[in-house]
Amino acid sequence: MTNAWTDIKNTDLVVIMGGNAAEAHPCGFKWVTEAKATRGAKLIVVDPRYNRSAAVADFYAPIRQGSDIAFLMGLINYCISHDKVQWDYVKPFTNATFVVREGYAYQDGLFTGYDESKRDYVRDTWEYEIGPDGYAVVDETLQNPRCVWNLLKEHVAIYMPDMVERICGTPKDAFLKVAEMVGECSTPTKTMTSMYALGWTQHSKGAQNIRGMAMLQLILGNIGVRGGGMNALRGHSNIQGLTDLGLMSNLIPGYLNIPTQKEPDFTTYMSTRAFKPLRPNQTSYWQNYRKFFVSFMKSMYGSAATKENDWAYSYLPKLDVASYDVLRVFEMMKQGKVNLYFCQGFNPLQAFPDKGKLAAGLAKLKMLVIMDPLQTETARFWEDHGTFNKVNPADIQTEVIQLPTTCFAEDEGSLVNSGRWLQWHWPGGSPPGEAKTDIWIMAQIHLRLKELYKKEGGTFPDPIVNLNWSYKDPGEPTPEELAREMNGSVLVDVFDPADPTKKVLEAGKQLSGFGQMRDDGTTAGGCWIFSGCWTEAGNMMARRDNSDPGDAGMFLKWSFAWPANRRILYNRASCDLDGKPWDPSRKLIEWDGTKWTGYDVPDIPPTAKPRDVGPFIMNPEGTSRLWVRKMMRDGPFPVHYEPFESPVANVIAPKVRGNPVARVFPDDWKTFADIGDPAYPYAGTSYRLTEHFHYWTKNNHVNSVLQPEQFVEISEELAKEKGIALGGWVRVWSKRGELYAKAVVTKRIKPMTIDGKTVHIVGVPIHWGFVGAARKGFTANTLTPFVGDANIETPEFKAFMVNIEPSTGPVVA
Amino acid sequence: MSAGNLKSRHQQPTPDDVEPGDSVRPGHPVQVSRYTVAARINHWVTALSLILLALSGMALFTPSLFFLTGLFGGGQWTRALHPWIGVVLFFSFAGLFLRFWKANLPAREDGTWLARISDVLRGREERLPEIGKYNAGQKFVFWGMSGLIIVLIASGIAMWDQYFYAFTSIEQKRVAVLVHAVAAVCIICVWIIHVYAAIWVKGTIGAMTRGKVTGGWAWRHHRKWLRELVGTRPGKRPPTPAE
Amino acid sequence: MFPPIPNPSVASDAATPRFGEKDILRRSASEVTPPAQRLTEVAKLIDVSKCIGCKACQAACLEWNNLTEEIGFNHGVYTNPMDLTPDTFTLMRFTEWVNPETENLEWLIRKDGCMHCEDPGCLKACPAPGAIVQYSNGIVDFQHDNCIGCGYCIKGCPFNIPRISKVDHTAYKCTLCSDRVAVGQGPACQKACPTQAIVFGTKDEMKDWAELRITDLKSRGFANAGLYDPPGVGGTHVMYVLHHADTPSIYAGLPDNPRISPLVDAWKGVTKYVGLAVMGFAAAAGFLHYVVAGPNKVSEEDEENAERLADGTPPPAPPAGLQEGRTP
Repeated sequence: MTNAWTDIKNTDLVVIMGGNAAEAHPCGFKWVTEAKATRGAKLIVVDPRYNRSAAVADFYAPIRQGSDIAFLMGLINYCISHDKVQWDYVKPFTNATFVVREGYAYQDGLFTGYDESKRDYVRDTWEYEIGPDGYAVVDETLQNPRCVWNLLKEHVAIYMPDMVERICGTPKDAFLKVAEMVGECSTPTKTMTSMYALGWTQHSKGAQNIRGMAMLQLILGNIGVRGGGMNALRGHSNIQGLTDLGLMSNLIPGYLNIPTQKEPDFTTYMSTRAFKPLRPNQTSYWQNYRKFFVSFMKSMYGSAATKENDWAYSYLPKLDVASYDVLRVFEMMKQGKVNLYFCQGFNPLQAFPDKGKLAAGLAKLKMLVIMDPLQTETARFWEDHGTFNKVNPADIQTEVIQLPTTCFAEDEGSLVNSGRWLQWHWPGGSPPGEAKTDIWIMAQIHLRLKELYKKEGGTFPDPIVNLNWSYKDPGEPTPEELAREMNGSVLVDVFDPADPTKKVLEAGKQLSGFGQMRDDGTTAGGCWIFSGCWTEAGNMMARRDNSDPGDAGMFLKWSFAWPANRRILYNRASCDLDGKPWDPSRKLIEWDGTKWTGYDVPDIPPTAKPRDVGPFIMNPEGTSRLWVRKMMRDGPFPVHYEPFESPVANVIAPKVRGNPVARVFPDDWKTFADIGDPAYPYAGTSYRLTEHFHYWTKNNHVNSVLQPEQFVEISEELAKEKGIALGGWVRVWSKRGELYAKAVVTKRIKPMTIDGKTVHIVGVPIHWGFVGAARKGFTANTLTPFVGDANIETPEFKAFMVNIEPSTGPVVA
Repeated sequence: MSAGNLKSRHQQPTPDDVEPGDSVRPGHPVQVSRYTVAARINHWVTALSLILLALSGMALFTPSLFFLTGLFGGGQWTRALHPWIGVVLFFSFAGLFLRFWKANLPAREDGTWLARISDVLRGREERLPEIGKYNAGQKFVFWGMSGLIIVLIASGIAMWDQYFYAFTSIEQKRVAVLVHAVAAVCIICVWIIHVYAAIWVKGTIGAMTRGKVTGGWAWRHHRKWLRELVGTRPGKRPPTPAE
Repeated sequence: MFPPIPNPSVASDAATPRFGEKDILRRSASEVTPPAQRLTEVAKLIDVSKCIGCKACQAACLEWNNLTEEIGFNHGVYTNPMDLTPDTFTLMRFTEWVNPETENLEWLIRKDGCMHCEDPGCLKACPAPGAIVQYSNGIVDFQHDNCIGCGYCIKGCPFNIPRISKVDHTAYKCTLCSDRVAVGQGPACQKACPTQAIVFGTKDEMKDWAELRITDLKSRGFANAGLYDPPGVGGTHVMYVLHHADTPSIYAGLPDNPRISPLVDAWKGVTKYVGLAVMGFAAAAGFLHYVVAGPNKVSEEDEENAERLADGTPPPAPPAGLQEGRTP
């Protein structure tokens, strides 16, 4: 989230698209009802299903899954052609005026530089024109045909309301109604918030879905303001913390990068991270990258990280591929290239696509270690559960070790919510049986490994034996110790260069924030963005003061929000060029003549003069980006691409299948149904229900009572066509697998007309499996395709093709 | 139809109101067998059931009588037992019905009897026609009981939620409780009439205790029946008043 | 936002008051003197227009009341279980309704449960003294120690709420968390509701709050938005804000004009008194008759006549004029 949950109460219009906030985020949804009840805010829901969010919406528009970009580009087109643009925002605060260099072009669904054999672009042309002064060229008159604004206008021109209807199946009048309501928010005194979740990310162009809305929000002037923003509703409790802490194969904490093979030494690594400002006076905050990186390395390796050894840069792994995401890991597993898989708090057999492929991979492991508070399907993948999990245990030689862990309610620590708040929590109960904290288990494994490396050496024992492990009890570091380490501390006294008698930083003290981090090895910090969470003043995450000056919804004394306790990112953009709030009734910060003050922590140096420094200090431009340069693999503007399995060919680029740069493993092509394949005529989509949380709560009796048995949702029209009865059994199958479920026949799903063809939707909730308290069911991901987003490899769970027929139910052998 | 009845057919069809076991034994006084042992047991099972049902039912009918649940071991037991006693009553009464229905079929003299009800109440039986085994009042009790028991069992089942909750709608249950209550009041009134008549008409109770009445009782109250009984005795023709 | 109810004190010496005899306004099958001072009337307001059907209330109800409902089946709808049970005091009912005026689909989600009527039909129908009580704050509560499991409350209830347990044969329904309310808390469902679709306070506060909601709904085109506080049962202590208050029955059969059924009124009213009177009259009439008319005795003459008849000697014929009924 750029904003906070509590800020949603400040909005005038909530657009829920690519998510189902009421269903999946009922607690956060209270702020939507609050905005509606107290501000008279309106709620729009755009979704393939009339869902729980739609039940309380002011307007609902249907959309076919996987066609969101066409809809969003259609909205941008509408805003541009109806002059629903907050010009005073767009011109100074976005890169609309920036001129793109010659050679960049877009045609028939592809940008310049496409290499079909590599399924990748050579992205060199996707850059600004750089002037003789070394800065990007801008045209504030917007006359230059190559300025971003004109390129955008041209790019979205095809997405007219008729085209939106043709691609998305959204009736034209419904689309225009949404466009009209959205367009109203282009005034400085009306804001719109976007609430989205996995309905946008789980596509082969998930990142571009989100970009599409971000661009629209920028055009409306809704980023950085109260009641605005791009608000990702995170799926798991603490999944935000997972990404923040870099629990991804290509990241280290605080969104720093794991080096690649092309960066064998520290100098090379840092050479592409200069982040020189692209416009005069701009902050380009990533210029501090080195400080954060060195502090991280000092935190990891302590005294073993020295200036001389480039802060132990050689200890870090160097990626040979873009990332070892789960899809790649399971592909490798299936190829027999993985021996040992550590599965911590994770149920991949349920949670990843194409269950058949996953199970085949797990069966090729030598050892599988499961750390989980609950019994999981992954831990039991070798067990025969009849139709639900048909295997022959004798054929599987994988050794499975289950290590029971505590759950969140049994241990202490912090959870990061969608609004980036680190909220400390305390145990509410004691763990059962032999359950141990994840920290204990990892520490014990580490100590044993360290011992083995010390004893036996090995090819490169240094990263393990030199890992900083200065905890009071090495066998079980405390959450407090880890949190303090994440915050960072001063290692060596630092004196003011101007006055060497003046101590600036005192060794042994906690850092007050990442502003104190240094690149000379005198400070350590495990995760720069978390710095400030546990200072000399104590545990800031445990704060529970719910005072809210100005009723602004900021709650600065409640917990700690990264970065720097800031509740709304880019909040400088809530003011005009002179530092006056766009909407005085919704003041967030303002320039008082000497500094920035207000209800939130300013996202700009407090004394940076208004017309000097742009609001988007993380970008070298100082502005936000409508056109994203070469920073995304699949193009600087979003393009409508069909899902890999789709009922129709791409209307705007018939030759392009799926996202042209999304990675597909060679063996997987044949597991995809052809475009418009009559054997798989129905558009499937998977989703969550409010009664359950993923695959956890089916272990809980109460949740299982509330939603006991697996079902799929279909329209009354499809039910009639196929002779399916309400509550009757159906079989649903894709090219990859099948499942049996009860049929919820509903008015809430309607057949759509896509490019002249009737398309029925089959909704597949995901929560059932072959272990737990609820009735046994099938993993929904038996059906889903093994392909992910082009940028971040989130699997395409939301759009795939299936067939359906009435059935007598699963044969339980 | 019993073998005895068949036997008597050889001579003369047995009148409807002569039931198996009914017989006259001359003597001083004449002894008339009115009810067999089986009939008496059947009656008293029914009577006991009805009394228990009345007591438990009244306990649930009005709070002022709720204390009666104490007789049954408390409210829960009362609630649980009442319908089962009802089942006993139903089957027990069904036995009585099979025994007595024929003798309770309407007869011509019933109209006269009813028309002269004030004479009945004054005990001036000499002004009444000769009556078979049952007079119109007794027949009223019999048919009243029969009808009400049908109504009570039917409405009772409709409100017996423990087993039959799902078979009726709540509106039907509401009709059932009301009908049950009204029918219960009626059957208790019928019962009061029945019991009172037995008390008032001296010599009656013996019919259901010892199974016998005196000839005088039969002569006074059920002369036609007595004549029929005398007439059906082997070798005798029943003397009729027309002779 | 409706001001949240603060958490109770966790101090070990914190008082734990419960409602007592002094707070009882009505008691089933009993005459009670209404308390001199009535507690402030409370109410739960369920704003259907804010409800997202998340079933948190249903879960909270199960948890707080320590109820174990069966894990059932899917029957083709989101409602689960399919009906209230002795273990499900509250149930989200989902209705897909096409608004005939706009032709738009509306997904009406209503939290079903006891309405805590001011004039409770269950209490009226209950034959067991003290099995149902109404506190002076309006809460209608079942006292299981006194319940005999007859199910009369089911017949008395205009909303089809109470259910009899097959386990202990007593009636169950929402208590409005009287145990929580007694210590200054709101009901568990209200506490768990994420969107403030359920709020709890005094009945007056709830009516005022509902007014605000209705104004908002009317501004959104729901011309018939209104409060459901049906006068037929004297008003309720659980009220709904409905977008279509003119047709409550579209919300999974919420009664349009609930009142205690006239059948129940007749049963518990006139029938009871008339019935007792009739039975009493019958008994008294018998007694009086006996006193006036004396016993109906068999005379010696009767016995002699019988003997003669038995012997074959014709007894005297009955008086003339009495034989018309039997003369052929």
